[in-house]
Amino acid sequence: MRVSGAEIICKILMEQGVDTIFGYPGGAVLPIYDALYDHRDKIKHYITAHEQGAAHAADGYARATGKTGVVLATSGPGMTNLVTGIATAYMDSIPMVAITGNVASSLIGKDSFQEVYTMGITMPITKHNFFVQDVNDLAETLREAFRIAGSGRKGPVLIDITKDATINEGEFHSGKKFEEKKKPFDNKDALKKVVEYIDSSRQPLICFGGGVVGSEANAEMYELVHKMDIPAVHSIMGTGVLSWNDPLNIGMVGMHGRFSGNKALDQADLIIAVGFRFSDRVALNPGKFGRNAKFVQIDIDPSEVNKNVKVDYSVIGDIKQVLQKLIPMLDDTKHPNWIHQIDEWKKADYQEVDSETKLKPHQIIGAITEAVGEDGIMATDVGQHQMWAVQYCCRTRPRSFLTSGGLGTMGFGYGAAIGAKVAQPQRKVVHITGDGSFHMNMNEVATAVSYKIPVVTVVINNDVLGMVRQWQHSFYDDRYSNTTLSRATDYVKTAEGFGAKGYRAETIAEFKKVLQEALEVDGPVWIECPIGRDEQVLPMIPNGGTVENIIMG
Amino acid sequence: MDQNRQVVSMLVDNHSGVLARVSSLFARKGFNIDSLTVSATNDEKISRITITTTGDKNTLHQILSQTGKLIEVQCVEAMDPDDSIQRELLLVKIKAGEKMRNVVTSVSDIFKANVVDLSVDSMVVELTGKPSKIDAFLTVINEYEVIEMCRTGVTTMARGSRVLEKI
Repeated sequence: MRVSGAEIICKILMEQGVDTIFGYPGGAVLPIYDALYDHRDKIKHYITAHEQGAAHAADGYARATGKTGVVLATSGPGMTNLVTGIATAYMDSIPMVAITGNVASSLIGKDSFQEVYTMGITMPITKHNFFVQDVNDLAETLREAFRIAGSGRKGPVLIDITKDATINEGEFHSGKKFEEKKKPFDNKDALKKVVEYIDSSRQPLICFGGGVVGSEANAEMYELVHKMDIPAVHSIMGTGVLSWNDPLNIGMVGMHGRFSGNKALDQADLIIAVGFRFSDRVALNPGKFGRNAKFVQIDIDPSEVNKNVKVDYSVIGDIKQVLQKLIPMLDDTKHPNWIHQIDEWKKADYQEVDSETKLKPHQIIGAITEAVGEDGIMATDVGQHQMWAVQYCCRTRPRSFLTSGGLGTMGFGYGAAIGAKVAQPQRKVVHITGDGSFHMNMNEVATAVSYKIPVVTVVINNDVLGMVRQWQHSFYDDRYSNTTLSRATDYVKTAEGFGAKGYRAETIAEFKKVLQEALEVDGPVWIECPIGRDEQVLPMIPNGGTVENIIMG
Repeated sequence: MDQNRQVVSMLVDNHSGVLARVSSLFARKGFNIDSLTVSATNDEKISRITITTTGDKNTLHQILSQTGKLIEVQCVEAMDPDDSIQRELLLVKIKAGEKMRNVVTSVSDIFKANVVDLSVDSMVVELTGKPSKIDAFLTVINEYEVIEMCRTGVTTMARGSRVLEKI
């Protein structure tokens, strides 16, 4: 069958099971949008306010579902506006396919209108990228893009397509949706070695991260931890893999992790890292991180071994496959003394104090947790509110806390929340943000209004760039250079101006009441929550420090 | 021999942009490229890239595993200097009038280098060999007035029947 390149793109999207895409039209993608018009009943396209929002939406869609998110943008500025969104997905290994138009091949390299060298710009922030100038290469390249994005260590893949390749006709043969076939892990000797390490340990600790989410291995993680009675800590990307109230889940570690978890890291004699990449926000001092421990690492990506922290033994494979084979080889064990010791440390964990008159961040997050329920999704931006959110979000399952862990992208949350809500309309979605982050991409409220997407945004407003201010307080002698915003944004009026609803709450009782109302609205709602500008994220371990340097107040 | 000098060979898809992908990876991960050679192979769809770099064992592991992740890299290996042939080509232009010609020629003969160009006041000498031989020749020839020098960088191949191939 001979069809246009644009039609081939639509056919491949449908073949790959894509029914939702996010994007923004423009000159170089006019033919693609024309073809999408024919398939509007099968492929729902959401036009965002800005391409960055579209990229974050595709990312949020992928994080909430595990499916590959798709974003479409035009050449030049359309593509450059995707950059932050693609880099965000890359750093957190999120499966995404970005399709960008480029100028016609006859105009390539001539500084044509809206021409940029997309391949060069996106090479370091994609798992792979493609440039297609020939319509006959289009179908296979798109299929390959979905295969690469959704297999192994997942990540974003970009396909840059010249306009003529979308207009010209080529032969199309139907194909199959890509489904990753994971091979069972078969290196028994490697697993025997892991068993030896575990058997000879008295104080083992599991560290899990986003790799467990990517491998859909949370059930196996639960089994491993409970069968072996091994306590576990996690990075921000591992939030929700084990339920927050699982007695063996000590919680998040690292810069703003719990004292007890960081202490356990410091005192463990064996650290088993599973899909956990020892980022510098966790291994704050790579030389002293887990200084009493031997390290065993299980990861799908061999380049993560010895990258940040030296490990004693590594097993390379899909985590789910590895754990499925490892667990039956282990004999049930108990570590009562070690767990008792950790329980003692937990008594020294940082405790916030509630207030009925002033809004406190932990109470705001607590109220959101209660209101959205176990099934709800929280999406955050980046800064203090993000850390408060992860500390108090009480998630019970993976894919329910969406945050930019690796790149730390302020402005990520609104697009991500929209993408998540579109993917799973039955789940309550709350976007938790700060006044700094929110001003970056608040324009996406326009998208939520257009499509009546009920995402509730909670703006924790301290009128400063709180995280930077906190560092200025701790390390720069209270010299608050350019972090006091003094903005006069009226969130209620601004929300209304966009056609959304806005509220303001000044006490926790007011907030709870307003949040209930907001979650009933058939469209976007903002709730402004003013807090004190000197609220701190605690505890905190400074860069280069260990639990010995923890700041508790 | 410098313990930290590493030679890495890889087979890559013969597409435009693959070299950029490999060198971009080296740049962003902070790996050195001391020399780089690239050319097509007996299979026209495959090119071979050889990079010499400096780093410890850990850096080498990072280089191999990061490079191995690139979709268009079919295989990558660290080449054992004791079990591989390494060759490099040198061209060096020396300022040499009539009086110096015999001196340069006799030094070149000792190293089995060839004089490939001669003008009234200059000579161009070509030498192929392993990098240490080229270094040794350059040490001697630098005693004279070198006005231009270039070397191709190392290309390498395992000894015996073993080949670099896709896994």
